[in-house]
Amino acid sequence: MTETKEILDDSLFEKLDDSEKNTEFIAMESKTYFQDAWRCFKKNKLALGGLVFLTIMILLAVFVPLVSPYTYDAQDLDVRNALPSMEHLLGTDKLGRDILVRLMFGARISLSVGFVAAFLNLIIGVVYGGISGFVGGKADMVMMRIIDCIYSIPSMLYVILIMMVFGSNIGSVLLGICVSSWIGMARQVRTQVQTLKQQEFALAAYVIGASKVRILFKHLIINCMGPIIVSTTLMVPEAIFTESFLAFIGIGISLPQASWGTLASEARSVIQSYPLQIVWPVLAICLTVLSLNFIGDGVGEALDPKNR
Amino acid sequence: MADMAEVKRNVSAAGGTNLAVCAGEQPILKVEHVKTYFDVTKGLFSPKQIVKAVDDVSFSVGRGETYGLVGESGCGKSTLGRTLVKIYPATEGKIMYNGQDIAAFRGAEEKNFRKEVQMIFQDPYASLNPRMTVGEIIKEPMEIHGILSSSGEREERAAELLKIVGLKPDHIRRYPHEFSGGQRQRISIARTLALNPRFIICDEPISALDVSIQAQIINLLKEIQDEMGISYLFVAHDLSMVNYISHRIGVMYLGHLVEEGDADEVYSDPIHPYTKALLSAIPIPDPDVAKRKSRIKLEGELPSPINPPAGCPFRGRCPMATEDCGRERPEMKDYNGHKAACFCV
Repeated sequence: MTETKEILDDSLFEKLDDSEKNTEFIAMESKTYFQDAWRCFKKNKLALGGLVFLTIMILLAVFVPLVSPYTYDAQDLDVRNALPSMEHLLGTDKLGRDILVRLMFGARISLSVGFVAAFLNLIIGVVYGGISGFVGGKADMVMMRIIDCIYSIPSMLYVILIMMVFGSNIGSVLLGICVSSWIGMARQVRTQVQTLKQQEFALAAYVIGASKVRILFKHLIINCMGPIIVSTTLMVPEAIFTESFLAFIGIGISLPQASWGTLASEARSVIQSYPLQIVWPVLAICLTVLSLNFIGDGVGEALDPKNR
Repeated sequence: MADMAEVKRNVSAAGGTNLAVCAGEQPILKVEHVKTYFDVTKGLFSPKQIVKAVDDVSFSVGRGETYGLVGESGCGKSTLGRTLVKIYPATEGKIMYNGQDIAAFRGAEEKNFRKEVQMIFQDPYASLNPRMTVGEIIKEPMEIHGILSSSGEREERAAELLKIVGLKPDHIRRYPHEFSGGQRQRISIARTLALNPRFIICDEPISALDVSIQAQIINLLKEIQDEMGISYLFVAHDLSMVNYISHRIGVMYLGHLVEEGDADEVYSDPIHPYTKALLSAIPIPDPDVAKRKSRIKLEGELPSPINPPAGCPFRGRCPMATEDCGRERPEMKDYNGHKAACFCV
C-alpha cells in the first residue's frame, strides 16, 4: 500500500478542463425504423442494382411510348420483321410494328398488373388476416375455413372462368390473379397478430381505452410491417410472372394490346426465321423479375431486426 | 419473532404512514368472490379442463391506499390484476369500482373507467410499442380520451410528465429501444399518469429490474401517490418490497387469498403457515441474525390449478397440516382486522 502511495502522488495527476468532459460522449442519432432499414438496404449491392434497373424500366415504360414516332398498333407492312436499326431500335415484328414501343407498352401492362395485384393482395390480406387473428375464436375459425375453400380450387380455373364472364381485359387478369393469391398474406398476418396481441403493449393499449381498430392497426399491424413488406415486394414478380404465363398461353388481354407474355407468344410463330424477336420480351421478363426478387431479398434483410 | 421485527425496521424505515380505511367511506375498489377460470380443453373429445387461476377472492382497496398482493409465480396474482381491468372477464363474482359493477359498464361509463383505472405492466421491454416514439406513447391516452385540445398542448404535457417521472423532456422524440429497463418503466408510468388516474394496478412493476433501480421506481410510485392521492394495487412476489410500499397486504396461494391484514402486522406477525414460510425465505443482510433464524423450507411444488387439491389448497406442503385440512376449504377468519384462512390457528 505504502509503495503505491509513493508511486502515485498527486503531482502526477492534472485536472481535466471542462471541454474534455464530454469527449467520451458517444450516442447515435435517433433514427426511425425506416431510416435504419434504408441504411441497411443501401449496403446490399444486388438489391440496389435491382432498384436502379426497375426505376429505369418504369421511366422507359412511361416515356418511350410518349416520345416515339410509332404507336404500339401502327402497322407498316413495308418493314416486316426488320432487324434492329436506327429507325427501329429493336426491330419490327411480323406486321411491321416497332418492337421497342410494343415492349414498353407491354411493360406498362405487366408492371401495373404486378404492382396493382401486390397492392390489392396487401390490402385484402392484411385486413382479412388481421381481423381473423385479432378477433379469434369462432369468427377466426370460420374465416380460416373460407380461406381453405378458396385455396382448394386451382387458380387457373378461376382465371379462365373470370375471363369467360368478364371478357379478356386487364381487369379480369387482375381479378384472376388476386382471387387466391392474397391467402398467403392473410395467413401470415393472422399468425403475427395472434402472437402480438398477447404482448403487454397491446394489453396496455387496451387498458388506456384504445378502440379495437386502433389497437389492430396502430399497435399490432405496424409491428408486423417487416414481413408484410417483404412478401408484398415478392408478390410483384409473382404476379408479373403469372400474367406473362397466362398471356403466353393465350388467356389475357386482347390484341393488338400486348403484355410481355403476348409479345413472346407472337414472336414464337416466327422463332425459326427471326429468333431475335422472342429474346426481347423474355429478357424483359427475366431481368424485371430478377431485380424485383433482389429488391425483395434486400428489403427482407434490411427489415430483419437481427441485422441491426 | 423478535428478529423478524428487526428486519422489518431495516426495510421499512421510510415507509409506514398508516392510512387505515375509514369505516364509513366507500372503498375505491371492492372485489367480491371473484373467480377467473380458463378453459384449456385440448381437442373436441378430450375431457373438459379448467384452470382455476383465481378462485373466490374477496378484498377491498381504500382511497389513497396501497394494497399489496403477494404470492409465488403461478398463484394467480397477475391474472387477478388483469381481471380487475377487464383484460380477462371474471367468471363469477363482482368487481365494484366506486360502488358500481365494472362488468356492467358501457359507453361513457366504460370510457371513464378506462380513464380512471390504469395498469403498469411487468416487462418494460414488452409494454411499450417499439414503433412509437416516447412522445407518441405518452400522448396516445390523451388523444383517445380527448384530454387537452391541441397537439401542442399534449406535447407540452408529455414533456412535463417525463420530468415528473425523472426523465428529460427532450427524450420525447426517442424510441423505446434507446432506453434501459428502469427508464422504460418510467415511461410506462408517465403513460399511465397522462390520464390522471384514480387507481393504478401495478403488475410486478419492479420484478424485471435490478435491485438499485427497483428502489428508485418504488420511491417514484410512492411520491406520486403522496402528491396525487392515487390508490394502488401492487402485485409482486417480493414481500419486503411490498411491505415497504403497501398499507395492507394480501397473500395469495393457488388462486386463493390465504391471509390479509395491515402490512406491518402481516410482516411482523404472520398467521398463515404459507406467509410464515414466505417471510422466512427473505434473505437477511446481517449474518449473525441470519444464523439464529430458522428457515421454514417448503416441500414440493405449487399444485396444478387444473386439479387443485380438495380442502385447504396449501395442505400438501403445509408443515402443520392435519387430516381435518383435507375435508373442506378453510374460510377467512378475522383476528382483529388481520384475516387468515387456516384451521390450525
